[in-house]
Amino acid sequence: MDLVLLFFIFVLAAFLGLELIAKVPSQLHTPLMSGSNAISGITIVGALVATGVNLTGTVGMVLGFLALVLATINVVGGYLVTDRMLKMFKKKGK
Amino acid sequence: MEFDNVINLVYVIAATLFVFGIKMLGSAETARRGNLISGLGMLIAIAVTLLEKGMEYQWIIAGLVVGSLIGGVAARLVKMTSMPELVALFNGFGGLASLLVAWAEFEKIKGLGWDAYSAVMGAPGYFSSVVIYLAMLIGGITFTGSLYAYGKLSGKVSGQAMVFGGQKAINALAFIAILAIGVAFTWTGDLVMGDTLFLVGIALALLFGVMAVMPIGGGDMPVVISLLNSFSGLAASAAGFVIGNNVLIVAGCLVGASGLILTAIMCKAMNRTIGNVLFSGFGATSQSEGDGDDREPKAISVQDAYYVLEAASSVVFIPGYGMAVAQAQHVVKELGELLEENGADVNFAIHPVAGRMPGHMNVLLAEADVPYDQLVEMDNINPIMPTVDVAVVIGANDVVNPAATDDETSPIYGMPIIEAHNAKTVFILKRGQGKGFSGLVNKLFVLDNSRMIYGDAKATISALVNELKG
Repeated sequence: MDLVLLFFIFVLAAFLGLELIAKVPSQLHTPLMSGSNAISGITIVGALVATGVNLTGTVGMVLGFLALVLATINVVGGYLVTDRMLKMFKKKGK
Repeated sequence: MEFDNVINLVYVIAATLFVFGIKMLGSAETARRGNLISGLGMLIAIAVTLLEKGMEYQWIIAGLVVGSLIGGVAARLVKMTSMPELVALFNGFGGLASLLVAWAEFEKIKGLGWDAYSAVMGAPGYFSSVVIYLAMLIGGITFTGSLYAYGKLSGKVSGQAMVFGGQKAINALAFIAILAIGVAFTWTGDLVMGDTLFLVGIALALLFGVMAVMPIGGGDMPVVISLLNSFSGLAASAAGFVIGNNVLIVAGCLVGASGLILTAIMCKAMNRTIGNVLFSGFGATSQSEGDGDDREPKAISVQDAYYVLEAASSVVFIPGYGMAVAQAQHVVKELGELLEENGADVNFAIHPVAGRMPGHMNVLLAEADVPYDQLVEMDNINPIMPTVDVAVVIGANDVVNPAATDDETSPIYGMPIIEAHNAKTVFILKRGQGKGFSGLVNKLFVLDNSRMIYGDAKATISALVNELKG
């Protein structure tokens, strides 16, 4: 694993993120927040590995399992609630 | 080795879908599809992770099922008015999950020993300990900070800013202690010692999250939620460094950036710096009464208000947090429709920080079926405000206070406002004679063209609706 490469990716992603979101109309602020919040549940990938690959001992597995439950709530709830909100946004005359 | 490459390639696809998803969330036409696309990215990231070698599935399935049930039910049942609380809560869960992932990784190190672990990861021990500590720290602050924000938003704890003597000193000390323990944790090669330091670090991070949100009042919540949103992304990104996983780093960082932008937008909309929002305890002390302006607000009856509205040819509604509290969005929409049928031009003027989270009013009005092209942003409504016959302020206060434009001694001077005072007539729906979040007396209320309608906003508007149907 090349550590410098990881930082490189991080910095590029930061600039990409800033560019992507710089101009969002204020009516979409809430869905953007809850939608990006769901993305931050990506930590679920780490939780899956910690739960499933038994290298961490019992304590590690319990921690992994808790992380998995929480991250799943974050992901599933986040996407569903964002969709529910966006479904309501309508233009005039349907 | 080969299969690892496949997994990483799929992660690249997932990251690409996240980028597209976020991009599409930025425009009303594509937002819903954008959310689906980002969800698809999440799904394939999860699916391909499950294919990793040596997975045992029974606990994974249990965890996914339990989490999906809780998240799914919460998302379905939540009322739109409670959306800020739910977002804060989900945010906190994400932060805690990142903390736990870092902690589990540290348990792995305790089992393997530093040498074997470093060999497996291909990263020096000091790097791993720094990122583990960082993921724990950011995740922990996000967790308790969000929980506390949830408590404030849902009214389970007081929404007031809480300040006490020496608060800043205590916070600064706590932060220094967190950093010092982090340095010691990185320095020590001893795992028993490291374990103790890590646990103390967790305790301090959790405490610090609460302490940091404590001096921030309810009206500043849009900033806090945006910032915590950014933190939850950074925590995931840090967890990505811990386990050396690109998709966590990229996705987490995207969220971190988007949260940061929202934070900046919110601060700008209040003309305050992020430091001022976080540390000043704004709104905790109520400012002294007026500046010699002893005019009294004039009240008007619903009946008389009806005659004015009935004759108006353009009406602008200016909603604030009070509309959410009164759950008045549906009757407001009904009133708007009746006025339109009556020949009036009806718009809704939305201030960026109205409510308790970014875009709060937009969500409520969308729930009530108000089409989004009827919602006008502050910068677009102000130029036409002098042509508006009636501006109806529903439970908004500081965001329409003209002191922000003309009183240099006012604490909110310079904050961009919706210039309701320029309308020919202003109706202010208000529960009682209390002050706004900033603790200021609102100059708008005593202007000659202003009339107060006291009482519950929902009841008042229902009464107006009945008059119009009359």
